[in-house]
Amino acid sequence: MSIDAQSINGAGATFPYPIYSKWFSEYNRLHPEVKINYQSIGSGGGIRQVSEGIVDFGATDSPMSDQQIARAKVKTQHIPTVLGAVVPVYNLPGTNKDLNFSGDVIADIYLGKIKKWNDSRIAKDNPGINFPDQPILPVYRSDGSGTTYIFTDFLAKASPDWAARVGRNTSVRWFAGIGQKGNEGVAGMVRQAPYAFGYVELIFAAHNRMPFGAVKNPAGSFVKASTDSVTAAAAASAKAIPADYRVSITNAPGAASYPISSFTWMLIPTVSKDAGKTRAMVGFLYWMLDHGESEATAQSYAPLPKQLEESVRKTVAQIR
Amino acid sequence: MSIEQERRVVQQISRPVSMVAETVVSSAPTTISPIREYLNNRGSGRRADSSFAALMLVCACSIFVIVLFIFTVLVMNSHLSLVAFGWKFFMREAWDPNAGDFGALPFIYGTLMTSFLALLIAVPLALGVAIFLTELCPRPLRAPISFLSELLAAIPSVVYGLWAVFVLVPLMRSTIGPFLLKTFGWTGLFEGPNFGVGILTAGIILSIMVLPIISSLTRDIMTAVPNSQREAVLALGATKWEMIRIGVLRNSRIGIVGAVMLGLGRALGETMAVTIVIGNHPEITKSLFAPGYTLASVIANEFSEATGDLYYSALIEIGLALFLVTIVVNAVARLMVWAVTRGAPSRTS
Repeated sequence: MSIDAQSINGAGATFPYPIYSKWFSEYNRLHPEVKINYQSIGSGGGIRQVSEGIVDFGATDSPMSDQQIARAKVKTQHIPTVLGAVVPVYNLPGTNKDLNFSGDVIADIYLGKIKKWNDSRIAKDNPGINFPDQPILPVYRSDGSGTTYIFTDFLAKASPDWAARVGRNTSVRWFAGIGQKGNEGVAGMVRQAPYAFGYVELIFAAHNRMPFGAVKNPAGSFVKASTDSVTAAAAASAKAIPADYRVSITNAPGAASYPISSFTWMLIPTVSKDAGKTRAMVGFLYWMLDHGESEATAQSYAPLPKQLEESVRKTVAQIR
Repeated sequence: MSIEQERRVVQQISRPVSMVAETVVSSAPTTISPIREYLNNRGSGRRADSSFAALMLVCACSIFVIVLFIFTVLVMNSHLSLVAFGWKFFMREAWDPNAGDFGALPFIYGTLMTSFLALLIAVPLALGVAIFLTELCPRPLRAPISFLSELLAAIPSVVYGLWAVFVLVPLMRSTIGPFLLKTFGWTGLFEGPNFGVGILTAGIILSIMVLPIISSLTRDIMTAVPNSQREAVLALGATKWEMIRIGVLRNSRIGIVGAVMLGLGRALGETMAVTIVIGNHPEITKSLFAPGYTLASVIANEFSEATGDLYYSALIEIGLALFLVTIVVNAVARLMVWAVTRGAPSRTS
């Protein structure tokens, strides 16, 4: 029986683009009749296009809101694929040690309440380091992005003031600092401007060898982001994950959990328009769970925890 | 005359004069050259001409139709925001995508401030370049220098942004900023921390981008002033500078204003270079070191990820405002330039 060649189109978040493109090309090598194309246009674009049926699947860093789900023409299922994290980066001349930051300190930096590096609250978390009497330049993302969603989600949990005045979204009202476009923009500005402070994706910081700081988790320990600490955050939250996987795992419990972690999801339509494409997509998802996840670490992405893989497998089995 | 005779007369008229004598003598038809036969058989080209003219008219109108179409789409898509905020949208200072609160005042301020700064820096320089090239420059140097000054206009704006980030921003931070603070700090315009990005940096980069437009148009206008004016002023005993001031600049005032407004039109719509160096912070502050946000930058930054209909609609309304302002400024500017240069000889370099 000949297998029909399938060409599947997807669009969405930029964060998982490197690992997705590696997975898709490797899957195509193993199954030459299945060609999956992915355009990284951003989470918002991905949600919009899959909801209107323009693409066969979407990808997003921030889960769809109830409103977006209600208004979608094509109903989709969230499938978590890998985990990512957001790390604080900074440029402090004269110090190349890793700094520690509490969530409420970061929130107050971006609210403009902490204005200088030698503020007592920063010094409290970093004993033994001499901070200069210089103003902090907070750098944020001027374009809407899943990274901002994850970051503001964490800040909203860590600081009630932030939750009241700003909230969480892909694009928010920033009280202090300057905006730059993309992870590259933020990283570039932080690298170039002394006394700057910003936030970027872990993958980005790792690939560009940028020093980043540790963040305090709810258990009280300062944890630096790594594939282990991020997967630990997901594992610790495994019990609280709902059936549709739309969950936020920032500020996860557990001493080893990194507090600014998040899933990234693929949005797969629940009602199949094309049986061949659905079969091919399901085949890819099984391969991803069996083989793809183990390759994630090599690319600096955190794989799904074992407990979650089982339930994801069951969900994929229901897609037809 | 019989019909036969009439036909022959008509044929004679359409023949070259030298052949008429022959046809009068002989009544039998003589051989017609293939070219003449071809031309006689072509008939009137009226239909082809008028359909060609109609096609060209359609092409010309299509531009107008496209502009009208853009305007209609902008108005239709900003409907939600127009209904929610009304005209106060342009006077509110707010931009909170999470809470759904939008107001365009910070962007209008940022756009006007950066454009004003750009003109403040560019106009004297552009006038200087134009005066030098038309009045003072030795003829052999005129072409190379004018070519170089117009080369600035050919550089893509993203490249300007890149240069600004790697050269201008560190320069602002380390040298220009502290110098301005030391000399002009008393004005209160240079308060606050100086991080290199901000309204002043954006103004400087914009001034470099509008300089070639203003200078090239001003040269056109100054060349359009007839030499008799210059000679008359010189004959009255004026010095060279007085001749330039009284004979040339005074006559081309309106045109120069038009050129400046065209430069303003470019500065208002400039996106990429500005968004890289302005800091993208929607707040109105007096300090020139502070970050700002322009109408074009907010659209470029936030449009592709805008979730929520009101957010989307507010961005389109900002686009509509930018569209209208730029069209009006450009139209008025073109009118002014045309008023001065009509009937003038073309520029000799």
